[in-house]
Amino acid sequence: MISDITLGQFFPGSSVIHKLDPRMKLILSVLFIAMVFVANNTAAFILLTVFTVVLVLLSKISLATVLRGVKPIILILVFTAFLNVFLTGGEGEPLWSFYFLKIYEIGIYRAVFMALRVIILIVGTSILLTYTTSPIALTDGIEALLSPLKRIGVPVHSFAMMMSIALRFIPTLVEETDKIMNAQKSRGADFSSGGLVKRAKALIPLLVPLFVSAFKRADELAVAMECRCYRGDKNRTKLVKLTYRARDFLTLIVFVLALVGIILECNIPSGALGTGAFLEFLFYRV
Amino acid sequence: MMKNDIIIRAEGLGYTYLDEGERRGDEIPALSGVTLSVRRGEYLAVLGHNGSGKSTLAKLLNLILTPTEGKLYIDGVDVSSGELSEDEVFSIRKKVGMVFQNPDNQLVATVVEEDVAFGPENLGLPREEIRARVDGALSLVGMTEYARHAPHKLSGGQKQRVAIAGIIAMRPEVIIFDESTAMLDPLGRRDLLDIMDRLCRDEGITVINITHYMDEAALADRVIVINDGETVLDGTPKEVFSEVDRLHAIGLEAPQGREILHLIGGRGIKVDKAALTEEECIAVLYELISRGNINE
Repeated sequence: MISDITLGQFFPGSSVIHKLDPRMKLILSVLFIAMVFVANNTAAFILLTVFTVVLVLLSKISLATVLRGVKPIILILVFTAFLNVFLTGGEGEPLWSFYFLKIYEIGIYRAVFMALRVIILIVGTSILLTYTTSPIALTDGIEALLSPLKRIGVPVHSFAMMMSIALRFIPTLVEETDKIMNAQKSRGADFSSGGLVKRAKALIPLLVPLFVSAFKRADELAVAMECRCYRGDKNRTKLVKLTYRARDFLTLIVFVLALVGIILECNIPSGALGTGAFLEFLFYRV
Repeated sequence: MMKNDIIIRAEGLGYTYLDEGERRGDEIPALSGVTLSVRRGEYLAVLGHNGSGKSTLAKLLNLILTPTEGKLYIDGVDVSSGELSEDEVFSIRKKVGMVFQNPDNQLVATVVEEDVAFGPENLGLPREEIRARVDGALSLVGMTEYARHAPHKLSGGQKQRVAIAGIIAMRPEVIIFDESTAMLDPLGRRDLLDIMDRLCRDEGITVINITHYMDEAALADRVIVINDGETVLDGTPKEVFSEVDRLHAIGLEAPQGREILHLIGGRGIKVDKAALTEEECIAVLYELISRGNINE
């Protein structure tokens, strides 16, 4: 159950998405996040959903894996959707009312949009970044993009290294958590019954050994890295050289067009009517 | 080219820990007065039970710790002063690679070949050189087909082979294995011992295997036994393991076959003390039985 968390896990492959330059992927992710937050009507969300589905298909990562990444946040999604449905006040007649509880059309829209927004955000960024980019490539990308900051004394390399190590050890620590849980279950520990407080308390004997071992691991890893002559980015070279290729720029153009499309779509009054109106608008402008 | 024959030399090497636990400030000697020298290209085993100070020795050899007494020379350079510059430490570590016990805690990257490249990258080598070294190292440990795999999905033995490749790719002169087989299954252990042997015989790398397994030590050219922070025995496996009584006195055992022969020898029957490997011991036993010296 706990090993279902796939966030921060890399699936090696050779798809188009895998081959994109990590720096470009970071830029694309920022554009993608912008799209997700700009989108506020049906047409934009349809476009966004199609866009995300295409990304998933291109990455050749199984749909089941992608959905597993969303699973841990389902509870939060349901909760926020619930709040949105009941707490959004609207004008005119409510669709349904029961004493003080009123449901307006706009509330339902908001609930659906919010849930979609979070799901698309998670799926899109994990497809673009964590699933298809090896953490070291990701680190290289971040380092390269942020390297101008080195001039003003920001420890960009250390920061990138810390991040990549954190990513590297997520599966290891998840495995370990599973092991400790099993060890404690076999001695009668109960993680799955009782109220919230009781369950939270049951986690303490799980977290203590996990932290102890994480510190031990950190210590050993630091020694091992030192033995392999690690001394920060001083005079360090890279196995993989980052080079932008034609496909990077093509993808960038697609993303920019999509973002512009969504911005335009969401800023015209008739946008909610759908892509038809959106195209009409485009042609009208041209 | 003149080359110094001795790559590591220790004279009265000692290290004392300061207890940071209950008895804060107490001095705990982990190693005291170890004197040894390692020849270039040698396959050496350092044998000792847990807490004998053999891990401390490993940490001293790699400059993780600075000795509190005695002298340590690595490739002729005195490294025991504790006043080495960062570059000097760097150049020593380039010569002495180290493989640790837990394979998980020494892999940095999430792709096998990127992990192997970590060391060469730190050395600041050009890209083509790194590529060549990574491929060479992976094929040497038989992990070429796993180059693009994620390390956390490999078995313990495979992870350890990747860790070794990561060290080989740095082209060190010495590789120290600090209990590297302790967490592996029998098959993984045998693979690893095979690799150690090949590294020494074919690649000319000095191999130091720090272990508490007798049968592993028996494979080396030379065995040094450490107990309570001191060297107790130093010699070829045959010499060291013929001293079965002394080994017993410090809580160690000889390899199984040797132990059996020792028991027989204890009954007043003359046995060949040089027999060490399983095959040799079987041959000796066979001869004893066929001569009618043992009946039961």
